[in-house]
Amino acid sequence: MASIAGKKSALTWAVHISVALLVLLWLFPTIGLFVSSFRTADQISSSGWWAALFPAEQNEVYRAADPDDNRVADGDMFVVKGNIFEGDPRDIRSWGVSSRNVSAYQPGDTAEMKDGESVTLQADGSYVWRGNDKQLSGRGQRIFITATVPPEFTLGNYTTILFSGSGQDNMAKAFFNTLTVTIPATIIPIVVAAFAAYALAWMEFPGRALLIAAVVGFLVVPLQLALIPLLRLHLGIGIGKGYLGVWLAHTAFGMPLAVYLLRNYMVGLPRDIIENAKVDGATDFQIFTRIILPLSFPALASFAIFQFLWTWNDLLVAKVFLIDATGSTTVMTNQIVELLGTRGGNWEILATAAFVSIAVPLAVFFAMQRYLVRGLLAGSVK
Amino acid sequence: MFSNNPALYGLTVIIIGVGGCLGYFFLSNLFLDKVLFPASGPNAGRNINRANMIRPWLFLFPALFALVLYLAYPVFETLRLSLTDRDQGGAFVGLANYRQMMDEPKFWEAVQNNMLWLIVVPAISTAFGLLVAQLTDRIRWGNLAKSLIFMPMAISFVGASVIFKLIYDTRPEDQNQIGILNAIWLKLDGGIGSILMLQVLPSILLVGFVVIVASVAWSFVRGIIAKGEDKSVWLLPLRLLVAGGALWLIWVSISSLLGLWIGGLPYGEAQTWLTIPLWNNFFLMVVLIWIQTGFAMVILSAALRGIPEETVEAAIIDGANPFQIFFKIKVPQIMGTIVVVWTTITLTVLKVFDIVFAMTNGQWETQVLANYMYDKLFRANDWGIGSASAIVIMLLVTPILVWNVYNARKEMK
Repeated sequence: MASIAGKKSALTWAVHISVALLVLLWLFPTIGLFVSSFRTADQISSSGWWAALFPAEQNEVYRAADPDDNRVADGDMFVVKGNIFEGDPRDIRSWGVSSRNVSAYQPGDTAEMKDGESVTLQADGSYVWRGNDKQLSGRGQRIFITATVPPEFTLGNYTTILFSGSGQDNMAKAFFNTLTVTIPATIIPIVVAAFAAYALAWMEFPGRALLIAAVVGFLVVPLQLALIPLLRLHLGIGIGKGYLGVWLAHTAFGMPLAVYLLRNYMVGLPRDIIENAKVDGATDFQIFTRIILPLSFPALASFAIFQFLWTWNDLLVAKVFLIDATGSTTVMTNQIVELLGTRGGNWEILATAAFVSIAVPLAVFFAMQRYLVRGLLAGSVK
Repeated sequence: MFSNNPALYGLTVIIIGVGGCLGYFFLSNLFLDKVLFPASGPNAGRNINRANMIRPWLFLFPALFALVLYLAYPVFETLRLSLTDRDQGGAFVGLANYRQMMDEPKFWEAVQNNMLWLIVVPAISTAFGLLVAQLTDRIRWGNLAKSLIFMPMAISFVGASVIFKLIYDTRPEDQNQIGILNAIWLKLDGGIGSILMLQVLPSILLVGFVVIVASVAWSFVRGIIAKGEDKSVWLLPLRLLVAGGALWLIWVSISSLLGLWIGGLPYGEAQTWLTIPLWNNFFLMVVLIWIQTGFAMVILSAALRGIPEETVEAAIIDGANPFQIFFKIKVPQIMGTIVVVWTTITLTVLKVFDIVFAMTNGQWETQVLANYMYDKLFRANDWGIGSASAIVIMLLVTPILVWNVYNARKEMK
């Protein structure tokens, strides 16, 4: 008995550990982007983002105060005293006075230079620079230090991307353009599809089964087929490239899934309620708005999340139906792809831009995950 | 006014769209009941029946209109366009576009890569999804783990491309590598650990893959020779197609296996991962696998929970170990769901565009059909070939379409 119990706990441990590893593996990429978006360009290019989480050794150069203004006579020598850090202290590991050997001394040591000139540096950054009249003139003595720097993060990238950046670096306009595309493209198909789903679920008419089968078929028709004919159509009837075109396209492309999800849900509603209402003299329109719509809220929410994620994350439809030559209606996904081309090495810009565009869907995802899962389970054709 | 203020434009459209829909439904119903066929007067009974015959179509009209105009019509129009030439004023040119497309090496590269994607991404996503679904079912923080693995579903393909480009990033020799893949790569030195991880392990996986492919292919091919099998005519091309695909896959696997051992690995040099032919396809696929595993996991996890407890308990009493329970009791019972997940991911793969577009744009032999089509359409401005490649995508989707419709109809009866 004991051996069985022992075996079982070993297996449980293995399960815990492998799940933890898988979760870490899946989170790792996103965390990398997230951490990078809070680092400066210099930090990103000097070390990997994983190093940003730990204290790092860093070489820095300081200069002693200007001797002509600050030197004080001390016997036949002169002395300049001060603190290299000026209110921004570091943890000094080692230091030096020559660029050829930047870590020659420990804090507290005195560096003897030519002809009696010397520098003493304490751990807190205070220094004493001693020398004769000629040595203590001109510019201040350079002091190289190797310091341990705690992890350092900045919000500067976000300020650039959201507010102060110019041209392509500023995502504010694209952010609002994306919102402008997304919200009508999420709401309108729900209304249109809900009516159709009600008809397919609760009204008897010839050809109903055929229509339902057609909707299932439309679910998988690739978007790619619609691009050329519809672009020609839009250009032909004067809609051209713009918001109206992209709203219409998203509405229609979301329609099969909307009708399918909503019909499947509505079919499952209790027949009694609907028949009672009919007996009481309610019209179909009343039944739909007063009974079906409120009861179908979970399915409506599921579809709304799908459509929102899909339109927010979409690149292809926006490129074809929305973004014209002026680029004034660019959406975030498109701007990020352009940034990948022009600012391929500037990870502080790229990571922040990408994170700005990811943040909203992630928030929606975590807030409404329940409905998303329910929609997925209902929406995958069984 | 609208062009200056898109937000106002959007708001107006929401109000017009939603209000218009509700108004349309309300007014058209009113018109039907009060004006066209009033439920009063001498013909009240006949009128009510007529009104009820028309009403469903009132409810359906906007949705049907959108479906027909935006999905049904384009299929036929694309088919027509693929047979015409834009430069000749839209003259009918028969299959010339298709012939020209077939002569392009870039097209065949796209087809080959798409085949690789079609096999690798659904297989690995489903396998990982099943693994995670099974493992998280047994532990207390399983829901949290699931939610975190599911999270990439919310991330756009473009966002995911940026995330993975950071992973694959390459710096010149004298700088610190900031891409994690190169940082790990430079830690490997060709010692025994590296050989185990990078040569022995992949070789085992590849050999396993070859064995699986060969056995699947054999089970298809056997049908041609064996007696008592269904020998209907339409199955023969399918069998031959599977056999051909399998031979090609085995060839690809064996050649990469040889490359792995003969070529020797360039240890100590930072690699530009996305420019290594063949392998870069896999680096792109990782992005989609990362996204789709969550989807597979959610569906399969629900299916696993739906398995009747008694079957598992009976197996435990009979002395089955956890692996036997999983592979012999649970997996067979959720086979239907596995097929659904597989086909759904297959559909996503067929349409994959953003990832390739954002990461390599089809350079370095990573072209896929959807991106090839976009290239032809909007860069080369060749609507004929663009349409022809769209039709190829449609043809690849058609079997799944037929299968789905068939199942949906069967379920409704």
